Amino acid sequence: MKLTLKIWRQENPTATGAIHTYELDGVSKDMSFLEMLDLLNEQLVTSGEEPVAFDSDCREGICGMCSLMINGEAHGPEVTTTCQLHMRSFNDGDTITIEPWRAEPFPVLKDLVVDRSAFDRIIQAGGYISANTGSAPEANSVPAPRDKAMRAFNVATCIGCGACVAACPNGSASLFMGAKITHLGELPQGQPERWSRVVDMVGQHDHEGFGGCTNIGECASACPKEIPLDVISQLNKDLRTALKNGH
Amino acid sequence: MAAGTHYLPGLTPTNEPSVQKSDDAAGFYELGEKLVDDKAPTGPIEERWTTRKFENRLVNPANRRKLDIIIVGTGLAGGAAAATLGEAGYNVKSFCYQDSPRRAHSIAAQGGINAAKNYKEDGDSTYRLFYDTVKGGDYRSRESNVYRLASESANIIDQCVAQGVPFARDYGGLLDNRSFGGVQVSRTFYARGQTGQQLLLGAYQAMERQVAAGTVEAFTRHEMLELIVVDGKARGIVARDMVTGDIETHLADVVVLASGGYGNVFYLSTNAMGSNVTAAWRAHRKGAYMANPCYTQIHPTCIPVTGAHQSKLTLMSESLRNDGRIWVPKRVEDCEKDPRQIAEDDRDYFLERIYPSFGNLVPRDIASRAAKYMCDEGRGVGPEIEELQPDGTTKKVRRGVYLDFKDAIERLGKHGVEEKYDNLLDMYERITGENPYEVPMRIYPAVHYVMGGLWVNYELQSNIEGLFVTGEANFSDHGANRLGASALMQGLADGYFVLPNTIREYLADGPFEKVDENDPAVVEALTSVKERVAKFLSIQGTRSVESYHKELGAIMWEYCGMERTEEGLKLAIQKIRDLRADFWTNVKVLGASDNINQDLEKAGRVADFLELGELMCIDALNRRESCGGHFRAESQTEDGEALRHDDEFAYVAAWEWGGDSNDGGQPVLHKEDLIYTAIEMKQRSYK
Amino acid sequence: MAVSGLLFIGFVLGHMYGNLKAFAGEESFNEYAHHLRELGTPMLPYEGFLWIMRVGLIAAVIVHIACAVALWSRAAKARPVKYAVKKNRGSSISSRTMRWGGLTLLLFIVWHLLNFTIVKINPSNGDTGGENPYALVVDTFDTWWMTIIYLVAMVALGLHLHHGTFSSLQTLGLTNSATSRARARAAGWVVAIVVAGGFSLVPLSVLVGIIEK
Repeated sequence: MKLTLKIWRQENPTATGAIHTYELDGVSKDMSFLEMLDLLNEQLVTSGEEPVAFDSDCREGICGMCSLMINGEAHGPEVTTTCQLHMRSFNDGDTITIEPWRAEPFPVLKDLVVDRSAFDRIIQAGGYISANTGSAPEANSVPAPRDKAMRAFNVATCIGCGACVAACPNGSASLFMGAKITHLGELPQGQPERWSRVVDMVGQHDHEGFGGCTNIGECASACPKEIPLDVISQLNKDLRTALKNGH
Repeated sequence: MAAGTHYLPGLTPTNEPSVQKSDDAAGFYELGEKLVDDKAPTGPIEERWTTRKFENRLVNPANRRKLDIIIVGTGLAGGAAAATLGEAGYNVKSFCYQDSPRRAHSIAAQGGINAAKNYKEDGDSTYRLFYDTVKGGDYRSRESNVYRLASESANIIDQCVAQGVPFARDYGGLLDNRSFGGVQVSRTFYARGQTGQQLLLGAYQAMERQVAAGTVEAFTRHEMLELIVVDGKARGIVARDMVTGDIETHLADVVVLASGGYGNVFYLSTNAMGSNVTAAWRAHRKGAYMANPCYTQIHPTCIPVTGAHQSKLTLMSESLRNDGRIWVPKRVEDCEKDPRQIAEDDRDYFLERIYPSFGNLVPRDIASRAAKYMCDEGRGVGPEIEELQPDGTTKKVRRGVYLDFKDAIERLGKHGVEEKYDNLLDMYERITGENPYEVPMRIYPAVHYVMGGLWVNYELQSNIEGLFVTGEANFSDHGANRLGASALMQGLADGYFVLPNTIREYLADGPFEKVDENDPAVVEALTSVKERVAKFLSIQGTRSVESYHKELGAIMWEYCGMERTEEGLKLAIQKIRDLRADFWTNVKVLGASDNINQDLEKAGRVADFLELGELMCIDALNRRESCGGHFRAESQTEDGEALRHDDEFAYVAAWEWGGDSNDGGQPVLHKEDLIYTAIEMKQRSYK
Repeated sequence: MAVSGLLFIGFVLGHMYGNLKAFAGEESFNEYAHHLRELGTPMLPYEGFLWIMRVGLIAAVIVHIACAVALWSRAAKARPVKYAVKKNRGSSISSRTMRWGGLTLLLFIVWHLLNFTIVKINPSNGDTGGENPYALVVDTFDTWWMTIIYLVAMVALGLHLHHGTFSSLQTLGLTNSATSRARARAAGWVVAIVVAGGFSLVPLSVLVGIIEK
């Protein structure tokens, strides 16, 4: 396959970036999208141009490190992460535009690499259960209803990649936040801090500069782990209850 | 009983210290003094850890905030330790190269975590988990360490549940578990196929809570590039801020390396792209011993390589072997055919044929080797891959065997198979573009985990005082092979329960005198890192870093992979030396050092892999026996089974850095005898 | 935003129902218009109920617009650099047009109030202040371009309600499962079709002569 790649290049956080165009030949259908970029980088190094910086780590769809807006879609056209997107989803001769996640709280560090530490700070605000090591009771002393445990698991699969923010026209991180609030809120262990958690996390979210949710739904359809939109409803419900109870 | 008896009073050892007769690695190493773990516990095995926890001194809570701890790595071992030590009130500085602690590669573990809870009342116990782990490790681990691991396993589950880890549950809302990896009891707790992710997020959240509380400071996108040793004690690290390029010194009272394994020395592995040996290797070069570096676990059920472009391999849970049947065509000429066109009689279900009693469920190393042999014979399937041969030429080989669900679909129905394996089969289809319900899957072994790592004593402290090593980065608990679902157990046991109880014995001597930024040892470490970074950028040769890594990986996989021979290993050592020499004169790293430069990061890692690879080969060369994940072709039974030599090799091989061999250096081997009192050594048989 | 929006949904449903009185003839329609002013008397003064409604609606409009402006400005700040290429995958036209659609509706409401409530402009002859609501309705929609303006506004209203109904239920936290979410989506369709369709019946009927003086 031969491709035309239009890639955002930006030297550092303060530099002005621009889209550069590259021609890449010899792409195989079996390559992952990131391996295609590896090939481009190998070619750039040979020609003396600095390779394109992009994030990736596990390359098996679980660490959440990879990102990329591919032809206007977060993680590209399939429901998966960029590292598990394969070139068979594209055609010979295609032009592919590759941009970094765009959001004020995700500043571009270089080329396609962005800073997502805002997510860590949202978790710090309350995305946990306070259980010091050693203080835990016997695991089976508190049964958790199976359906609730299943729901908790389904939304706990969030990988924190930020695709929801990237896809959201409002730049909101409500899906990310809702997933954590629903995960911990569905478990008996999560109840004691349930109301303060939602208030603190939403407060941090707004403070970071993420946009407000208008329930458009781009986030859920961009989510590689298919976290459903109802976690945002759960977030809203918990927030309403919390505020009513004076949190 | 010279080495063994003095620390095991009142107990009867079941084996003699071994005496090595062969010396395959002669000329490649120097023999050093025997190594004794002077922190090894005594007494009946079930009391050793309890006694130690009591005997280790406590640190006054008021003193804790005056003590600084550096932890490198935020996986299960590092994240759990940061959280726990932060909760205890110490000052923790946590480092990871990823953009968030949540991305450490523990996250990719699929299957589950073992714990001796005996919830199924099926005869499980701490002793049985201990026994299975020592036996699974082919009697190459320390019994006291393993028993401690087994005894803490149940606490891990309690801790994780309290943190909100959504383990699978049964209809009554209690925890479910399953049997895993050929073990006959159900002791593996799981969260669908994403157990590692859920456990890591639990530890990550606990750690972030401490960040908010101010006890833990997180340094993300920071890579440790040097260990600072002052007066023989580890007192800090030099790290590079990967965003600004700043090279910083971070000083502390104690340093913990929880930096994971080095499987990426093989280039292709199931590790993350960034997984590396640098933190451990820099410590090794500063004097920390590297133990059993050749012990590598190769996992049989990975998705095969499709071409030279491949950057990593993806594991599929070995639970697939419960229902899938593994085969290759009987005739070489059938290998190109569509597998659906190959008649039943023309298929060779080789595992069922060779191992009739265990069939497709033989242990990982046996299944892996059998697949390799089939492909070596030319009966592999899938695309032809260009491969390096022992004589240095290249040859086209098909590297894959079929894992067929046809019978399972007939027996369980398509729906039944979907229920059990859907997410795995989906993943396979996403990666390969083939539908496993119609075409048999193709699998091939891949490097998955390393049992080797920095040598530590029972307290998880390396031979450098003040340097502790936990998780996959140390060598301690899995011997020559790790059981399925035990990596998560070890990481969390070390992080939550072991390290916090052993590090306090060391810290009880504090508060320590602060180290000055201008101390010659600190300045030396900082300068050496700066010079090294500058060196990478100044070579400006003709070859990319990536190409060196690929070539090293090919050498390692060919000669130090599933099967190792004296001849091959010697060849490999020479090839690696040549490659390393070429690297330092001909590598091409573009860009600058003052911002993100992924090639520069990689150059440092590959430089260290080029040294580690050689040591792995020397270790493998010296160990003329087959044990666990290490198979020496010279040491097998008449049936081609692995043959251990307990009389010669029941020891931990701890290697001391002796300088770069290209400059005339040689590693020094220190042997630590493995003496058992609570278990007897047996040869395994799976026929 | 959700609460004020739900208030509007209630209002437009009632308003639409009242408009259908036009099919019952001039007397009936005018009687209804008059009755609205007398509703609640003598407990309330003349037009008392109407003013309570008006004040409530004005307050809701202010809240609704304030929330919209806040969300709009947060969204603009959250993404100062736009994508060169951006595709929509999970959103509907209605959800993407809430802001411009809302502005359109605001402009429309201003005209609508001038037309029927405040100035009572009769577009067919330019008269103002007429006292026969039925005649004003018929005269207005006998003007073809007025009908088009109203029909366009109803398309905008339908779109706004389609997403607005779902969105308000989601914001209030009432859609916590796939089923309840599907129901909320269905509710959006029903409200949009009933309200926009119901409102459109009168102008269309006038235009084709079913309703006449």
